[in-house]
Amino acid sequence: MSQQNDRGFLQASNLQPLLFDWIFSVDHKRIGLLYLYSVCAFFLAGMVLGLLIRLELIAPGPTIATAQTYNALFTLHGVVMIFLFIIPGIPAAFGNIMLPLQIGAQDVAFPRLNLLSWWLYILGAFMALTSLFSGGGPPDTGWTFYVPFASETPTNVSLALLAVFIIGFSSILTGVNFVTTIHRLRAPGMHWGRLPLFIWSLYATAWVQILATPVLGITVILVMVERLIGLGLFDPARGGDPILYQHLFWIYSHPAVYIMVLPAMGVISEIIPVFSRKPTFGYKAIAASSVAIAAAGSLVWGHHMFVSGMSDTAIMVFSLLTFLVAIPSAVKVFNWVATLYRGSISLEPPMLFALAFVFLFSIGGLTGLVLGSASADVHVHDTHFVVGHFHYIMFGGTGFAFFAALHYWLPKVFGRMYNIKIATIAWAIIFVGFNLLYFPMMLVGLHGMPRRYYDYLPQFQNLNVIATVGSWVLAIGLLLMFANLYRGIRRGTAAGNNPWQAATLEWVVTSPPPGENFSQPPQVTHDPYDLQQAGKP
Amino acid sequence: MNQTTHGALSFRCLTTVWILLLVLTGITVGVSHLDLGAINIWAALGIATLKASLVVFYFMHLKHEPRLLVICLFIALLTLAAFIGLTFLDVLYR
Amino acid sequence: MTTQRDAFGARLGMWLFLFSELLLFGGLFLLYAVYLARYPSEFAAGGQQLDTLLGTGNTLLLITSSLTVALALSALQQGRRQLCQMLLCATILASLLFLTIKGIEWQAKFGHGLFPGGAELETLPAGQQIFFSLYFVTTGLHGLHVLIGAALLLWTLGLTRKGLVSAENPVMLENSALYWHLVDLIWIFIFPLYYLLL
Repeated sequence: MSQQNDRGFLQASNLQPLLFDWIFSVDHKRIGLLYLYSVCAFFLAGMVLGLLIRLELIAPGPTIATAQTYNALFTLHGVVMIFLFIIPGIPAAFGNIMLPLQIGAQDVAFPRLNLLSWWLYILGAFMALTSLFSGGGPPDTGWTFYVPFASETPTNVSLALLAVFIIGFSSILTGVNFVTTIHRLRAPGMHWGRLPLFIWSLYATAWVQILATPVLGITVILVMVERLIGLGLFDPARGGDPILYQHLFWIYSHPAVYIMVLPAMGVISEIIPVFSRKPTFGYKAIAASSVAIAAAGSLVWGHHMFVSGMSDTAIMVFSLLTFLVAIPSAVKVFNWVATLYRGSISLEPPMLFALAFVFLFSIGGLTGLVLGSASADVHVHDTHFVVGHFHYIMFGGTGFAFFAALHYWLPKVFGRMYNIKIATIAWAIIFVGFNLLYFPMMLVGLHGMPRRYYDYLPQFQNLNVIATVGSWVLAIGLLLMFANLYRGIRRGTAAGNNPWQAATLEWVVTSPPPGENFSQPPQVTHDPYDLQQAGKP
Repeated sequence: MNQTTHGALSFRCLTTVWILLLVLTGITVGVSHLDLGAINIWAALGIATLKASLVVFYFMHLKHEPRLLVICLFIALLTLAAFIGLTFLDVLYR
Repeated sequence: MTTQRDAFGARLGMWLFLFSELLLFGGLFLLYAVYLARYPSEFAAGGQQLDTLLGTGNTLLLITSSLTVALALSALQQGRRQLCQMLLCATILASLLFLTIKGIEWQAKFGHGLFPGGAELETLPAGQQIFFSLYFVTTGLHGLHVLIGAALLLWTLGLTRKGLVSAENPVMLENSALYWHLVDLIWIFIFPLYYLLL
């Protein structure tokens, strides 16, 4: 095997320092990898913060942190995980790498804009981290930045908000790029009915990024200006209405949940047919449900505000709309299960993570219905039940899909295979650790333990100890998984062009893909999950 | 790819649109001096929408663009309307 | 890299970006709508303190600049580069004039203590304080967009002079013109909502 010639897009140009080759590259695959490295780094940082939170909660009273430190810890954990890991995680990293490959294009529509997005993301991340060590100390508002506290706390909220604004701008530009790419750069024969389901989910996500993110942008600007010169727009003493802040914030931040989870569902829709050796069941239903989730998901933000003092009419309508979102989500789950039915299932690591996704996402989704029904929500609002629920969706859902994507696509990106056995062991440890960590949270929440306090009543301790031990198990599994993947990238055996015998276009080119992807625009002749045609365009 | 280019709009057409916009500005200023109660704000919004459509369809060439763009614009406006409308479910009935 | 240019793709990208700009201002219009419903008479009292003459002048200015930039594009497409450059200059001039008038308006308000944090403003009824806060944020954000639009047009003018923007490759002018029209569009709504309230 001649090592130098088949490094594809990873080949150094030798025209400038290697670092410049990467950080000024407009190649979507390199930008995607830049995102991938960045989000993994922030994931590890967020994980450490999460471990510290759990360690503090191992016993009542101050254990390792004071109340103020604890507030900063969970704020940072939220900001880092949400804005720096989950939102860009799948769409910006794997979306960038796979979108042009899967539709048979040479790059995204605006390659330079794509690079600008990454730079803005890094700038925002840098500012978010700077906010910890400058000004009045780390922000302590929680990632939701609720007023009036956020406009009055002396901590360094303004810089963190500016960081959020810039990261949001980066997200909008990625959305613009993806929608344009999908409309304009599909290869001949790649009509909408042949679009891989991952692309459909990216398309729906990109629309939400374009239309919902600017609302967050204006909201954080208003809070910044409020802190700077005092507008009073959310200050009841001056005629303002703080609940309007919550509306504006959740108008973005609830659809943002779908920015996080839709691409994850897309990944799962790619993996399940390949490892069941069957064309996906209900292609059209899954594609349509992505768009339906994006549309309906933009209309349900009020369910975060059932106890805020919002009108009862709004509570009823938002509760009803929330139940409606469950329909397209369930459509996806049923179609995945129907794809598995009588398939020739092979439990390779990507499939294991995908199946774990379906299981954990279903738990997260069903507990979501408890929260979506207004009367039940009143009882569990702001308890650890909510924390458990959204970690089942965000981590059990999006996190596991991210890991599935790593195991599914890294052999393509680097041309090397990781150790399957270790990957399987890591998956098992992660799965056990995850449930040990988050299931007790839901129980303790039902018993009445509120979220966002560093202290709790003694009767909650047993479940908290289990959760904290679970966090250690989970961390060990994650480290094992990352180490195995890293070793695979460096020293794994050659993976070949199509290790999973999948039929989408990215598997047609060599691994790693060549710099220009396709020397000729491929003529697409079959559906994305027509596995008999694997390896042909 | 006939949809990638559109011909230049004539100076006459653009100038006509401009004159219409000036007239509508005059009307909206005029209407604001009449006390019509709650109708005032809707009249102002209606005229503004008319002006905006003129700008969008002629100055911004939307009339000669593929239907895709019109649909996209519709989606964006619908989203904004939904955001404002659903917020009013709260503030009107509180 | 693809060598063929996708002019429609570039415009589509710009339109999508404009949608996000629309939603950015949308947040402010949402606040405006809610607070107008809550404080109708205070908003009317606030609106009457704004200078309708200057507001109308600025409206005419922006509409006309929208015309000149649309004409500039037509001129470019017809190969009349000289005329195109003159029209672009006129548009940029109009934008500067707009900002000057806006500055005069703001200065007058500041002179009366009517600015966020100003002593005079604090004595007004709550609804009027909200009105002026919204007025300053909205027109301030709009002014920022005028500035960005003017800078874009200036850059396009430079490219046109060098022949990099031409009848064969008008994308840059098309897109900066689209951006400029958006600035006009937003103002078309700001004007009656703030200056013409009764």
